[in-house]
Amino acid sequence: MSGLAAEMTAKALKMGIPLSVQLDLTYRCNERCVHCYLDHHDHGEMTTTEIKDLLDQMAEAGVFYLTLSGGEILMRRDFFEILEHARARTFCVKLKTNGVLLREAEAERVRALGVESVQISVYSHRPEVHDAITKMPGSLRQSIEAARLLRRHGLHVVLSNVLMVHNVRDYHGVKALAAELGAQFLMDPTITPMMDGDRSILALNVDEAALREVFRNEEVAGNVEEFCAPPRSFDEEDLDMLPCSAGHTACYVSPYGDVYPCVQFPLPSGNVRRTKFADIWRDSPQLKEVRSITLGDMPTCSRCTHGKTCTRCPGLAFMEGNMRGPSHQDCEKSYARTGIACENLQAKKAARQPLPSGPLVQIQIWQPAPCTMPANAPDSHGVDAGLR
Amino acid sequence: MTRPRYVARSTAIAARALGEETMVMSATNSMLFTLDEIASVIWESADGVTPLEQIVADKICTQYDVTLDVALQDAEALVKGLAEHGILLLSDEPLAFSGRSHKETP
Ligand code: SF4
Ligand code: SF4
Repeated sequence: MSGLAAEMTAKALKMGIPLSVQLDLTYRCNERCVHCYLDHHDHGEMTTTEIKDLLDQMAEAGVFYLTLSGGEILMRRDFFEILEHARARTFCVKLKTNGVLLREAEAERVRALGVESVQISVYSHRPEVHDAITKMPGSLRQSIEAARLLRRHGLHVVLSNVLMVHNVRDYHGVKALAAELGAQFLMDPTITPMMDGDRSILALNVDEAALREVFRNEEVAGNVEEFCAPPRSFDEEDLDMLPCSAGHTACYVSPYGDVYPCVQFPLPSGNVRRTKFADIWRDSPQLKEVRSITLGDMPTCSRCTHGKTCTRCPGLAFMEGNMRGPSHQDCEKSYARTGIACENLQAKKAARQPLPSGPLVQIQIWQPAPCTMPANAPDSHGVDAGLR
Repeated sequence: MTRPRYVARSTAIAARALGEETMVMSATNSMLFTLDEIASVIWESADGVTPLEQIVADKICTQYDVTLDVALQDAEALVKGLAEHGILLLSDEPLAFSGRSHKETP
């Protein structure tokens, strides 16, 4: 994040403005990715009119960064009507898509509407791997073609590479592909639980050795020495700080109008079909609770030797049952980076108690996806351009 | 053009008021700008049909302790700078309305 963007975020935080929102337009999708957390049936998506009204409300509330995601956004026939409305309300719009339905005409419209960036999921440079993950033959070719078209129209394209057991060796290839296309490369090494709380999908996460290798790869992690530096615990003065942007300057809205602190923090906080967006943002008891938590309120993490260097996600912690607790996946990541296991991880290993595979929390429909914060936000997970 | 008479917001921008300031991002290169209170007033009034001089006289000189000459000189420098980044359009003739203000109610 540039100095100016950071300054604006700090100002928004002070003023209580939801600067950044991810709005999922649909959970329907034309791909069936093995790691996807979604129920792809339509359980009553917001109508075009409802979404336009929501966009008006969000503009009024001060939302600037708007990420439109899904499911597959182009599955909605009214997608361009929605996008047009969003741009008329002068949002800075980012799109997330698999690109399969994107052709010349769509690329031209996306460009003409002044979209800031388009993120396309690419799991591998090899069709046999990518298409096996999406369970859609030909999908890699179509996603790459979409990225090429968008680049030809001068758009900022991001290739997003989710790391899992199926594609653990392929991130070099995707990075090279991104370079060839003139696109940005972004890796997400975390598979998150399914929308109904089922954690069995976590088995797709790469093991600690593979994670360590990725974290020590300069091409992905940037400055490895800095990224994998020995852990540091919080100083006394850090304890008043906030864990991340979720519920502070950012939130997530599902296709059914449910509001959550973040796409990766499935704490139901209200529904825009019943309550005005601004009222939820200001008055929701759940968002207020999230906002009340400082680093000092987290009994384990505030005392952890990794506290200051950890990328702990409160949403993942919530999905483990305690939003003030540690996130096991981040304990693992801290270990992979530094080679030093935190006490929480040591205790878990000693107790030999694997995390239960059943639901730990009952949650409503939602879709975990990459962080809603603007890229390179100070509290984002990535240490360098390439890695979250 | 030495004296821009009409100014209009480009449609190739993202913009939002943040308190008295305005964040503006160019859609062509993602460059982010913040406009201070006075610049925000000009931005809000840049409808393509109100002459810059009138905007300055009506919206700046009535609110701030500044002469029209001085304020207009500053405003011209500001709009030329923003035009160089493609976020404002300048013309000697009235411009068709380019985009809706982010402060307008729907
Ligand atoms: S994904 Fe990022 S913004 Fe969302 S809850 Fe986790 S750390 Fe916070
Ligand atoms: S998530 Fe784990 S490693 Fe990170 S600060 Fe908390 S206990 Fe430590």
